[in-house]
Amino acid sequence: METPDETLALAAAGGDRSAFAALIERHYDRIFGLAFRLTGARAEAQDLAQDICAGLPVKLRHWRGEARFTTWLYRVVMNAAHDLRRRQATHARAATGWGDWEIARQDEIKVQAEAQEWLAQAMTRLSVELRDTVALVLGEELTQAEAGLVLGVSEGTVAWRMSEVKKRLRAMASEDAR
Amino acid sequence: MSDEFDALKAALRAAPVPDADAKAAAMRLAMENFDRLQGSTEAVRPKQDRPERAGFLQRGLAMLNALKMKPVLAATTSVAALLVGVAVIVPLSGKGPIEAARKKAPAEVTTLSENDMTALQSTAPEAAKKPQPKPAALPEADALAKAEAQNSPVVSDQTYADSQAMADAEPLSEEEAAMSGDQALADASPAPMPTGRAAAKMAMESFAVEAAAPAMEVAPMPAPNSESFANADANPVKVTAEEPVSTFSIDVDTASYATVRSSLNAGFLPDPASVRVEEMVNYFPYAYPKPEGDQAFRPTITVMPTPWNPNTRLVNIAIQGAVPLVENRPPLNLVFLVDTSGSMEDANKLPLLKQSLGLMLGQLKPEDQVAIVAYAGSAGQVLPPTKASDTATIMGALDQLAAGGSTAGAQGLELAYQVAEEMQVEGEVSRVLLATDGDFNVGIDDPEALKDFIAKKREGGVYLSVLGFGRGNLDDATMQALAQNGNGTASYIDTLNEARKVLVDQLTGALYPIADNVKIQVEWNPAQVAEYRLIGYETRALAREDFNNDKVDAGDIGAGTAVTAIYEVTAPGSAALLNDPLRYGSAKVPEGSSELGYLRLRSHKPGSAAGSELQETAIVPGMPVTDETRFAASIAGFGQLLTGAKYLGDWGWDQAIDLALASRGADEFGYRIEAVNLMRTAKALSQK
Repeated sequence: METPDETLALAAAGGDRSAFAALIERHYDRIFGLAFRLTGARAEAQDLAQDICAGLPVKLRHWRGEARFTTWLYRVVMNAAHDLRRRQATHARAATGWGDWEIARQDEIKVQAEAQEWLAQAMTRLSVELRDTVALVLGEELTQAEAGLVLGVSEGTVAWRMSEVKKRLRAMASEDAR
Repeated sequence: MSDEFDALKAALRAAPVPDADAKAAAMRLAMENFDRLQGSTEAVRPKQDRPERAGFLQRGLAMLNALKMKPVLAATTSVAALLVGVAVIVPLSGKGPIEAARKKAPAEVTTLSENDMTALQSTAPEAAKKPQPKPAALPEADALAKAEAQNSPVVSDQTYADSQAMADAEPLSEEEAAMSGDQALADASPAPMPTGRAAAKMAMESFAVEAAAPAMEVAPMPAPNSESFANADANPVKVTAEEPVSTFSIDVDTASYATVRSSLNAGFLPDPASVRVEEMVNYFPYAYPKPEGDQAFRPTITVMPTPWNPNTRLVNIAIQGAVPLVENRPPLNLVFLVDTSGSMEDANKLPLLKQSLGLMLGQLKPEDQVAIVAYAGSAGQVLPPTKASDTATIMGALDQLAAGGSTAGAQGLELAYQVAEEMQVEGEVSRVLLATDGDFNVGIDDPEALKDFIAKKREGGVYLSVLGFGRGNLDDATMQALAQNGNGTASYIDTLNEARKVLVDQLTGALYPIADNVKIQVEWNPAQVAEYRLIGYETRALAREDFNNDKVDAGDIGAGTAVTAIYEVTAPGSAALLNDPLRYGSAKVPEGSSELGYLRLRSHKPGSAAGSELQETAIVPGMPVTDETRFAASIAGFGQLLTGAKYLGDWGWDQAIDLALASRGADEFGYRIEAVNLMRTAKALSQK
């Protein structure tokens, strides 16, 4: 059986090198995946994932095992993505990441392009909060309670946000149909 | 379930596969940082150990340098080998096992040729820099040493060299050997160390925040300085014939001066973007003529020679707010909205905030009410509305605030407004006092939405003031936006002194608006003024038509506060004109009036639904120039010197200091002399 994340994390926080290596190895894809879902740009997600990995040793020292490791990790990624957004442009619309992707999309293979274009459009039309929530609930398949833990909001708020997303998507669809 | 929903899910699930190289790179970096962090465990607070470590570094570097020099190496093969060998062995196995290594090594390595020596020479610095696992893992490390000795020829050579040298030269006692090993170990870290320090320098705020320094030392990535400031390019010189009307909102914020001060005191020149000249000028109390009768405020216009340009004049527009009798003031409902996120932990944030609010309690009347809402990971009411006379309860609640978690600024605001609205009674003033370091990192990624929210609440009669604390991630832009939209002021509090100024000495002004939405419009007379330039107020500019539009929000004047706006104007035909006259423009300058221009002020009575009131005054020279206006001019000069001084010519720090010193007046609170000293600091810093 695999050693639980939490055990590894505690060991890593205590200075166990191989535990840390195993932890990063196991979760890099997850970090990158959420980073991508939050930023919408591959290169950006890669950079963000690298920054997060680089900062993890220090962050881990504060890990007390109060939450599930993945929840904690999602929160780290979420905060890093928020910091990145803020850094990029305080008042520029936070949608730039998806906007960049729109441009980069031109170079991508045509078959993929259509699906991605739709995704970029859909995501850009959602507010940042909704985007974060969607990335966690749909992208990472967290439960609403888990997503609430990561986002620091109540489960009810997550539920409301998800219903809001459905509403917006329906509105989008009917708009497109017209 | 709707198709779109499923489609979004499918699209989101289909995230691209991470790049294997990127993953490897990230992992490598993570491991490096991990090792670095372990290496520094002995010195959790490197500051205290710095002299010692620095000594080690020096000696370690000297050693390495010696190793790099071929002749020296050749001449002292055994000694060099000894040093390198110890560098590898000792950290692996702690202090004791040198003996063990000595016994073990020769059995595993049999020969040492000249070639091996060269290999050793070239790899030695590499080897010395190898990450060092923690000494705690003793048995493992021994095994590791063995394994490495078997697998890697270079390491085993060194091991051998070590044992050889030990046997041959034995000039070092074991203690000394262990010592030099430590030196080498210390040496292994110079690569990370300087970057750490450079990072600390880059994020200059950490100079001010002592506590942040150790963290910087081990921080793998330089923490970016995430401060952002609201600013715009300096107002340009305008030609009266082309644009005779200048319109702006008053600004009663003082935050910019305080951030400038905190930068200068920390030993660096402020980011020009953080300098808003009008806020610096308005930081100081001025003894302008007081309003009479029912007047809410009184404008005074002074025309004076420009200190930095003999061919232009300064028009100082001073607006002095009335001071209503304190006994007659309506009861006050205050909601302290306190940011208790983890970043507020520093001594100059939450603890200073508690002291500041404590100071302020003494100024409240018994019938005033106070409530406290804290926000971190989630928002919560810490203290229900409580009479200000019940200081014990309020102080008790304040004391219990502790920093932790991330920031949910928007939720906190919602809750605070909700509490304030519950407390609102006809005829009373309600205000939310937001105290934060500007870190709104959860739930408020959309500044526009937040502004809208606050603007909506403003119409409900609840004011919002923002108190900024600490530096490093001070989001000045958001603070500005919040306060401007909430009809409030933004102040930056860096010391208890500043807290006293904002919350005690000038409390009435900070909390009691006497005029809302104050807009200034000046129409210049082209016969007297050919060019003009408004100094500061870049972020407050309004469109000409906004002046008469009551829907457009503007700044508010608090009780007893003074607001100063300064124009630099140039007469027609003056040598100081910057723009040549147009060949095809209207050549005819209208004759007649000796007025320089005409001032219009528009304002609302606080809380009243009635339309705005208009006050009009002609701008004519004649008012005596006082120390007040001269001092304001010197501060305007100070601000411009910090932002580039495009229009100041040869006028520099010395002149600004002389002018401020000469016009500092009574200066009861010492604010002005403090400004003079800041100018001196800035002068010294700018000459570096």
